[in-house]
Amino acid sequence: MDPATLQGSRAVEWRRVLPWLAPGLFLALFFFYPLGSILWLGLHSALRGGIVAPVFLPTAQVFLFTVYQALLSTLLTLAIGLPSAFLFARYTFRGKSSLRLLTAIPFMLPTVVVAAGFNALLGGRGWINLGAMQLFHLAAPPITFVGTLGAILLAHVFYNTTIVIRLVGNALSHLDPRLDQAARTLGADSRRVFWRVTLPMLRVPILAASLLVFLFDFTSFGVILLLGGGRFSTLEVAIYLQATQLLNLPLAALLSFVQLCCTLVFSILYSRLVTRRPVSSAPRPADTKGRPARTWRERLFVGGIVVFLFLMFVLPLVSLPLRSITRLEADRAQHGPVQYGLTGAYYLDLFQNPTETIFYVPPFAAIGNSLLYATVTVVLSLLLGFPAASALARPTRLERVLDPFFLLPLGASAVTLGLGFIITFNRPPLRLVTSPVLVPLAHTLVALPFVIRILQPALASIPDRLRQAASSLGAPPFRVWLTVDWPIVRRATLSAAVFAFTISLGEFGASSLVVRPEYPTLPIAIARFLSQPGASNYGQAMAMATILMAVCGAGIVLIERLRLPGAGEF
Amino acid sequence: MKRIVFLIPLAALFLASCAGQGPTTLTVMTHDSFAASQPVISAFENANHVKLVFLKSGDAGAALNKAILTKNAPLADVFYGVDNTFLSRALDAGIFEPYNSPLLAQIPAEFKLDAENRELPVDYGDVCINYDKAYFSTHNLPVPATLEDLIKPEYKGLLVDENPASSSTGLTFLLATIVHFGPNGFLAYWKSLAANGLVVVDGWETAYYTNFSGSSGHGPQPLVVSYASSPPAEVVGPITATSESPIGSVLGPDTCFRQIEFVGVLKGTTHLALAQKFVDFMLSQQFQEDMPLQMYVYPVNSQAKLPESFVMFAQIPAQPARMSPDEIAANRDSWIAEWTQAVVH
Repeated sequence: MDPATLQGSRAVEWRRVLPWLAPGLFLALFFFYPLGSILWLGLHSALRGGIVAPVFLPTAQVFLFTVYQALLSTLLTLAIGLPSAFLFARYTFRGKSSLRLLTAIPFMLPTVVVAAGFNALLGGRGWINLGAMQLFHLAAPPITFVGTLGAILLAHVFYNTTIVIRLVGNALSHLDPRLDQAARTLGADSRRVFWRVTLPMLRVPILAASLLVFLFDFTSFGVILLLGGGRFSTLEVAIYLQATQLLNLPLAALLSFVQLCCTLVFSILYSRLVTRRPVSSAPRPADTKGRPARTWRERLFVGGIVVFLFLMFVLPLVSLPLRSITRLEADRAQHGPVQYGLTGAYYLDLFQNPTETIFYVPPFAAIGNSLLYATVTVVLSLLLGFPAASALARPTRLERVLDPFFLLPLGASAVTLGLGFIITFNRPPLRLVTSPVLVPLAHTLVALPFVIRILQPALASIPDRLRQAASSLGAPPFRVWLTVDWPIVRRATLSAAVFAFTISLGEFGASSLVVRPEYPTLPIAIARFLSQPGASNYGQAMAMATILMAVCGAGIVLIERLRLPGAGEF
Repeated sequence: MKRIVFLIPLAALFLASCAGQGPTTLTVMTHDSFAASQPVISAFENANHVKLVFLKSGDAGAALNKAILTKNAPLADVFYGVDNTFLSRALDAGIFEPYNSPLLAQIPAEFKLDAENRELPVDYGDVCINYDKAYFSTHNLPVPATLEDLIKPEYKGLLVDENPASSSTGLTFLLATIVHFGPNGFLAYWKSLAANGLVVVDGWETAYYTNFSGSSGHGPQPLVVSYASSPPAEVVGPITATSESPIGSVLGPDTCFRQIEFVGVLKGTTHLALAQKFVDFMLSQQFQEDMPLQMYVYPVNSQAKLPESFVMFAQIPAQPARMSPDEIAANRDSWIAEWTQAVVH
């Protein structure tokens, strides 16, 4: 056990509370207060007999399906994400950084756009179906995509694989290589090293990634609604339908409560499992970049996964930019093969406002707003995440109690929370509902659990004796931090920043919170085009989606390039 | 020291949120589909020395729910976007202030559904089935003319519809079938539709852009539940005498359902006179003539002229289905539940 916890004097306890002040206050004010208010309002009217329809059976059905699809999705995501994490952490190959970047992009694309991408590929008139019909002379498309469980699972894997790659890959790349080497010296072959040394040390990051993926799938909303074809419903979808379409707030509150309780249980279980001290690690020496595949078996592994990732991520993503520059005006007289033509018109149209609408979104303004919100989110979530993660890195009973609560925002219903904001921040002094600051605050709420999860293992892995050695050699605290802590947590910090950035860019706030139309973001601009008929609107939506992808990609590259001078190779 | 640093951005955000409340601001709460042109809005702002702020609050149902939840401390002065399927719900919640606008005289009685004028009609549109002209001409298939046609084998698998639980377009079409076949007969019709290869998707965007063959997605279905005002939007290039829309609307008996949208002054507003002026403005010729190309809806003011593309390509059904808001409010939840049982499961 940690010597610090054994001392346990009043002074030590008090100092342990301090790092929690800012993040705790933030969470209490912007999460528990609005959520508590709306749940209270809903449950209160439910208790007064607001729910007349029988609710138990439908709720149980929805709940079981929610867990079932989330479990399946998580297992599939791990099956694809773990080998990919090894690939990126251990091997070098041509196009590695681009492929890594591409796997991160889905995470922030709005569901509408992802659904369009998949449809261009797998839909009734998608490339694959058209190709198969030509090749095998079929009369009807062989693959049905929309409305199947398979479509939902595929989209979940598409969205969340990057979580596994980032979290596990990050841990993998700063495992102390001397442990492997020691095992090999003692005669273990590479398979034994993997099962007995590497995998046990990755238990915590794998569990962390699984839980985050599970929570995202558990609260899945847009994917279920858009790709499920109305045949499937998760708790989150049921909450949305009850709250906004049927205006049945009591039942919505009841469902939200069920969802929140589940999240709390998962979070506590998870917290029990992972808040132990992980294996110490040192900054990994020069070979962190990995090496090329050498044996034929390694080549097969690298080649196979690269091809698979390409099919899985690149094809659906490429279909969007392609769609934004092609004109699909079929020759109307003959409804046969569609006439393709290249065009830049949709991009030029973005700069025009022919109907002079007041909600016209100039593309650069949307990019600017999105980037501004994302930057504020990154700064805010790192500032709040660092103290919390530092405290969690040396857990006492206090941390064990507090930890699960910081995961809750991931499992809370966005619709319910949005309604909570509406009823709590609608009057002075906190009339935030009508203010644009609510947007980065809400984004930070979602980003914070990630930032904490990513920083905590890195901070925990710093051996105390390194700090003690630095101090005893006369280094002042900041210098200790700069020379000992920072080189170890730098990579994790960048990883956390990328996550916060992408979460903010992709967050489609319009559905859950009041958004000021004067400050539209890219996802909101995309949704606006898609809600109106016409080829030009559709093309412009695809063009905006392509811009969103480009901005995301550029942002990730930029953050990953940020290095302190003299800090060495990334 | 570090701790103080953490609080600075929070404090800054907090201060930023408190500052910047202009002198007279009129807030209009509305749904995400609201649109208007800059010159028209500026005309009202300049004439009344007021700044208009539009609070887009989700789809029609979500926006109304937010207005009801905040009725003790309203976020806005005016609410636009309640339609006839939500009207009873909105009126029962008691969030609107009656207002007998002088402009009501220019609006035909068929649109005025609230006798107390708490909610005033602004625009209407017809949810109709759109068809892809090219598909039917190349397949030598007559365009379906009635709801009954749709369950014939030659139209198997050709129609895409929106789930009424998640889409107001889908709900509206469901209501049309209930008007036509009656509350006891519509389920049998929907079961036949489902057996005839009906495709159900979540919402209008997916149905129109992904599944419908007549629009940009070039999907598999040549029939889609959409709006009578969609055809003008698909005309490519400048309008000439020979222009034609690649899609049309099926205008049979009860194949369309009339949707009317309303505006109302929210109770508790501190700018009552201005709010009423804005309601007048929305009913006036200037705003009414701006709406069609902004929101693809028709003006209720009989003096408002339609744009050329609407006159040429959009048709108004002669016999749209109608149902009283009270009947809709009383049955909507159970109808949706019955529909879900019959069609989706």
